[in-house]
Amino acid sequence: MSESTVKKQVLQGNEACAVGALAAGVNFFAGYPITPSSEIAEVMSQCLPLMGGRFIQMEDEIASIAAIVGASLAGAKVMTATSGPGFSLMQENIGFAAIAEVPCVIVNVQRAGPSTGLPTQPAQADVQQARWGTHGDHAMIALAPSSVLECFTMTVDCVNLAERYRTPVVLLSDEVIGHMRESVALPAPRTYKVESRRQPEEGETEYCPYCACEGEPLPPLAAFGGEYRYHVTGLTHDARGFPTMVKEEVDRKIRGIVGKIEGCADELASYEEFMLEDADVLLFAYGSTARVAKSSVRQLRERGVRAGLLRARTIWPFSGARLEELAGQVDLVVVPEMNLGQLSLEVERVICGAADVRALGKVDGDLFTPDEIAGFTMEAVGR
Amino acid sequence: MTGEADRYEIRLSGAGGQGAMLAGKLLAAAAVYDGKNAVQTQSYGPEARGGKSKTDIVISNGEIDYPKATQVDVLLAMSQASLDEYLPSLREGGILVVDSYLVERVEHEGAIGIPFTMLALEECGRKLFANVVALGAVAELTQVVQWESLRAAVLERVPKGTESINEKALALGRQAARDTRSES
Repeated sequence: MSESTVKKQVLQGNEACAVGALAAGVNFFAGYPITPSSEIAEVMSQCLPLMGGRFIQMEDEIASIAAIVGASLAGAKVMTATSGPGFSLMQENIGFAAIAEVPCVIVNVQRAGPSTGLPTQPAQADVQQARWGTHGDHAMIALAPSSVLECFTMTVDCVNLAERYRTPVVLLSDEVIGHMRESVALPAPRTYKVESRRQPEEGETEYCPYCACEGEPLPPLAAFGGEYRYHVTGLTHDARGFPTMVKEEVDRKIRGIVGKIEGCADELASYEEFMLEDADVLLFAYGSTARVAKSSVRQLRERGVRAGLLRARTIWPFSGARLEELAGQVDLVVVPEMNLGQLSLEVERVICGAADVRALGKVDGDLFTPDEIAGFTMEAVGR
Repeated sequence: MTGEADRYEIRLSGAGGQGAMLAGKLLAAAAVYDGKNAVQTQSYGPEARGGKSKTDIVISNGEIDYPKATQVDVLLAMSQASLDEYLPSLREGGILVVDSYLVERVEHEGAIGIPFTMLALEECGRKLFANVVALGAVAELTQVVQWESLRAAVLERVPKGTESINEKALALGRQAARDTRSES
């Protein structure tokens, strides 16, 4: 990319994601191409070698996630990209990265499933898999872009969050956003923050990669194979990384990997608010569906319904704070999703009866139309 | 309030492999050169070739929320199957352009038929230029982008070494559209 990227250009969501990864300093990508994510691997394979990075096309998605976790431990900034079927295969090692506290970014450009499903058609049906696809107690960070610009900015955010929290982070894109081309002015280099994991202080002799006591800040992550010797395992481990069954250590470990993220849920929450000031009907949406919902809000306003949109950029950890506030203001919350009600359950949990929550699911392989969401909302308000 | 009032919707469709996607990319790029906002989305089957393939381009001076077409202002159909599938999406009074070399049945009054594939084959030597020929015609018939912007978009984005033949294809489409107009 040239230095002056502030001028408008036509870019695809997947291309913007790859450009964002490079801007955030990703220097290792291992992946297995799959529609509708392949353009990310394509751009990375062209650009990374020229920038001194590494691109490896692996034999499958299990190997892909394993390779990026290994490379990250060795000190690289890493990413892989896939879609539903590959995301399923990656789950075991996503759990490994969660417990071993290894920074990595997994882009999931969602297509309709389950299984091979509809390779070229959109869905948002991996929302709960992003949260609970791997077993055991853990927390997750997942962001959902709604535009080509956000494919860039959120990939930068994902890399930063992975490095800051030493955890796997998911960019939960979808076919519409990933394949969409739109006019976009990317932010100029150095106008956005790029974070890298902390390194041990020079002269540190007692380096431990994991927390030794409760409330301790997350330790730095020294490059494995470098100056410091430590152990990495998927077994529950102590501060030096060695397996432990000591109740206090085990409890601290699990509460630690969950708490470091869930404890920051409100801080990590990010929304776009549209026409909410006087709204008594709230549309809660994310990803490509949120773009449709915005058109629906305009339609509903024209028809005399005071509707507004709360678009969630952060899916996980799910923060209820803003929704709780709005629940006191609105009578009805409509949650359109290209699934049969995955995030609407979270909305219901938070709203807790303070407003009527209606899920609008769509699983026919197509994006909503503005009429569909507006029509459903009109019916729900009884007009 | 950002209006979507001046929203203009173009749907380019055909069989996979005919190049509707590339034509859509070029049109969106041209609109951005004109200083407008543009969004291009696509829909196709799992096949590498064949099947139905379409791309929607939405052009507006304002913000574009809904990225797909709903009330198509101009529909290009490069195959019978795509015409049959997407004709209902054309708004009343919208423009229909078909490749008359490949599309046999057109049940729509005022449809504009131009044999894009034949023109590409005869004048440019290969069928694969049909998409750019069609793009030239669509641009001429709609005036949705400035010709110079479209020309620049084509020249910048086609494979190196094919600039002049693509430019020829584009101009061929424009002339064919003009001829059709003067006939009617």
